[in-house]
Amino acid sequence: MTTVEDAHALVKAPPLRTRLTQRPRTTTGPFSWITTVDHKKIAIMYGALALFFFLVGGIEALFIRLQLAQPNGTILSAARYNEFFTMHGTTMVFLMGMPLAAAFGNYLVPLMIGARDVAFPRLNMLGFWIFAFGGIFIYSSFGLGGAPNGGWFGYAPLTSTPMSAGLLPGRGVDFWCVGLIMLGIGSVATSVNFLVTILNMRAPGMTMMRMPVFVWMMLVIAFLTLFAMPPVTAALIMVFMDRNFHTNFFNAAAGGDPLVYQNLFWIFGHPEVYILILPGMGIVSEILPVFSRKPLFGYSIVVFSGIAIGFLGWGVWAHHMFASGLGPIAVSAFGLSTMLIAIPTGVKIFNWLGTVWGGAVRLRTPMLFALGFIAQFTIGGLSGVMHSIVPSDTQQTDTYFVVAHFHYVLFGGLVFAIFGGFYYWWPKFFGKMLNEQMGKLNFWLLVIGFNLTFFPMHFLGFEGQPRRTYTYPSGMGWDTMNLLATIGAFIIALGVLVFLVNVIFTARRGEPAPADPWDARTLEWSIPSPPPEYNFATVPIVTHLDDYWHRKYTEDDEGRLVKLPAGAAIDTDAATEAAVDPHSIHMPSPSYWPLVFAMALPIIGYGFVFKNWYLLALGVVWGFFGLNGWAYEPATEPDAGEGH
Amino acid sequence: MLERTNRVRRAAATAAVALAVVVLAGCGDKTGPNNKQNALRPAGPYAHQILNLFTPFFWVAVVIGVGVVGATIYVALRFREKPGEERAVKQTHGNVALEIGWTIIPALILMVMAVPTVATIFSLAKRPTGPNVVHVTVSARQWWWQFTYDDTHIVTANELHIPVGQPVSLTLVGPPPCNSPGCYNNGVIHSFWVPELNGKKDVVPGRTQFLKLKADRPGTFLGQCAEYCGLSHANMRLRVIAQTPADYQAWVQRQLQPLSAAALAQFSKYNQAWTCLACHSDDPKTPGAIAPNLTHVADRCMFAGDIFPTDESHLTDWIYNAPSMKPMQENPKNPLQPKVGMPNFSSVGMTKAQANEIAKFLLSNTATTDQQPPVECRS
Repeated sequence: MTTVEDAHALVKAPPLRTRLTQRPRTTTGPFSWITTVDHKKIAIMYGALALFFFLVGGIEALFIRLQLAQPNGTILSAARYNEFFTMHGTTMVFLMGMPLAAAFGNYLVPLMIGARDVAFPRLNMLGFWIFAFGGIFIYSSFGLGGAPNGGWFGYAPLTSTPMSAGLLPGRGVDFWCVGLIMLGIGSVATSVNFLVTILNMRAPGMTMMRMPVFVWMMLVIAFLTLFAMPPVTAALIMVFMDRNFHTNFFNAAAGGDPLVYQNLFWIFGHPEVYILILPGMGIVSEILPVFSRKPLFGYSIVVFSGIAIGFLGWGVWAHHMFASGLGPIAVSAFGLSTMLIAIPTGVKIFNWLGTVWGGAVRLRTPMLFALGFIAQFTIGGLSGVMHSIVPSDTQQTDTYFVVAHFHYVLFGGLVFAIFGGFYYWWPKFFGKMLNEQMGKLNFWLLVIGFNLTFFPMHFLGFEGQPRRTYTYPSGMGWDTMNLLATIGAFIIALGVLVFLVNVIFTARRGEPAPADPWDARTLEWSIPSPPPEYNFATVPIVTHLDDYWHRKYTEDDEGRLVKLPAGAAIDTDAATEAAVDPHSIHMPSPSYWPLVFAMALPIIGYGFVFKNWYLLALGVVWGFFGLNGWAYEPATEPDAGEGH
Repeated sequence: MLERTNRVRRAAATAAVALAVVVLAGCGDKTGPNNKQNALRPAGPYAHQILNLFTPFFWVAVVIGVGVVGATIYVALRFREKPGEERAVKQTHGNVALEIGWTIIPALILMVMAVPTVATIFSLAKRPTGPNVVHVTVSARQWWWQFTYDDTHIVTANELHIPVGQPVSLTLVGPPPCNSPGCYNNGVIHSFWVPELNGKKDVVPGRTQFLKLKADRPGTFLGQCAEYCGLSHANMRLRVIAQTPADYQAWVQRQLQPLSAAALAQFSKYNQAWTCLACHSDDPKTPGAIAPNLTHVADRCMFAGDIFPTDESHLTDWIYNAPSMKPMQENPKNPLQPKVGMPNFSSVGMTKAQANEIAKFLLSNTATTDQQPPVECRS
């Protein structure tokens, strides 16, 4: 078995094998990243690549805003604009939002539940490589006959009509269909892994109701992803078949129905919104108690409202279709179900405020982002409730009001939570504190830029500016607000730049982080920063919610915080290191096979897009080769390591 | 320590000022000179109904929003820990009464909201009846609108004339389905939207949808396609011109006049050269096969999806090389049969002078005695 000592050296004498490839053994150096099954390294790769796509999607957004800064803009052609707004949405949902949830989840879930790794380390690695290849595959379309241009929602029959009919130029939609199906496979693999990890690998005493809220939210989104991906995959397959194999699922002239696509897409699409935002809510629920020095107000109701949002999310999809002509009974029903979602969401917001109330609030950067989340997410939530007033939604849908609404939720909410999470856990991830001054500058630039960009869009929507239009005439009264939005977008870009500078500065000259720099509550802070490969030398025994906090503090008779004298509780860092010989901890061995198998998917994808059956066959054979190798490889090499 | 507090306050103040500027800019911009596409300025009962339903809940949302944002800033500043201070914070784990309270109160607000919402949904879904209802079939195309008046069979494009005070019942359809195997030109989803008269309704191929309009004052109300429909989605605009019943009747009569025999002869000459009528139509009651009816194009304020003013120079350029003015799906193999839109006639030998001659001809077929542009375009 691989041991910690091996972490720095190749195993000396690999035994003779008759296998085609030798199993990789290094756990350090650049090569080790490619074959790693360590959840922390996989998380860092997820995070880095998702941040890269965040920048790419952001650059697309800047072009969109430049084009719309003035009426009759000429920065982009209509065709290019349509590609950019499609790819901006697709990137931010599938290549930024979901992978960042996977990044935080991968790093933190095992640490928070006291596990040494995830349940299926190689499946975890497969999820990452599918994400990487899927992202590259979709973006390769820019050089291979046109990028996707049917919108991130890809409504049929615009997307499903064969390319030869020319309703939409290029083969980008083929890339989009195949790429999203591919990413879906990765997401399902990742969510299965999270489900099993959270349900089965919790440390002794870590009951469900002692799990940190972030872990709960990852559990909820794992369920949501598992059930949301199949309908959209079916819809994408149908679109691809209609485009390429002359089926007529959505061709009304042959008896198909375009609204079937909308139903399938939004049955995925609305839970998807919660898949994106719930991890953000989880992050905020971790940050607020730490920086208020108080437990989360109403832990159980926060958990249950998260679950309730997850359930109700399945019953509201048609509120994306209020102008589609579903009839008054259906839209009334979906209007009412949409209103219901506001209740658990409101409960969460009030409980967060209740957490901060009466606390000893430290306004460090993570806390600022968490507070920004509450304020901005509330605005996005309120404009969301307005959509449930169906008649007024028929004025607002497909206008800039909706653009404002979901950016308040996904940027003002999710992205702020993610930045908060970066500042909060960076010391745990990399062992260095991000610079606080730059962090505050980063926060205020984002707050100002974000609100300047998206607040005016509420009014643009009321005043009749539709979404997804590459140009607008002058004299509509939209000029000033569009210009303001563009200026705001560049202030956002400046804020993101400050973050990148901060990351580079921290890597070079950052202040080393102790194990527990924030005086935090959850288990990940009980181990060194960054954690050793095996996470916990001794698997912790959990007795409380916020177990680590209870090793440091107790309450007096009036419920006031009292610090325990040092050494009164077990000091995990020192005590367990001494108690357990880390050499005896068996970790899963690195592997090539998930990477080999993941490579087959883009090959199959190109085969489908270009209808090149040789390529397709090669991909299938390659895939079987990868799966075969994987199947016959033990998770942990029995003869690896130095004899236990 | 004091300095830090000040810094945070200053930053918060800056943010507040920035937000105020944005809000004020938002309000100030409403008075744009030609803004006739504004959901906040309804010009008919249906749009009024929507705004009246929306307004009270909008203000409730504003109050809740300001309250929560204010509370967030308040708790952050009020409970700040001074550097070096170690406060023995009371560890509240929750409060069941409070939590039940803030579950039930929003639920009550939402119940209040639900009743008028459902009532308005059903009211707006009710079809108008009676002898004074104007029935129009709206056919949405890539990227223009065809309007067919069901009683008079007038066929026009991009410009819908309606009488003030009379309900207009719209039947929204896609292009007529083609029956040949492998035919896909059944169109895509569009959305008909004239914010000052009603909310929007998607036009879905294969379905027949309903929407009603009513204007309570004469005027021009702009609208545009609100569902992404491909390359020139942004260039798929329309206008509704609401007229007094007398003016409306006069317009109907003008639209019903066919072209003169001389004009028809002239048109057929151009048709022989450029096959105009393969797509367009020169009869007031006959729709073009795939393109707008040109009989009374001179009497429309704008053309090409309500994008360009109907004048000689724009029409000339359009006939000469339309795809250079509005993005369309050309067909390099056969320029006369573009995938979507008007061909580039300059690529098949048309000269600018020939284009200009046709433009002048089209403009000469005006039924109005008034000079160009028609009087309602100036309102």
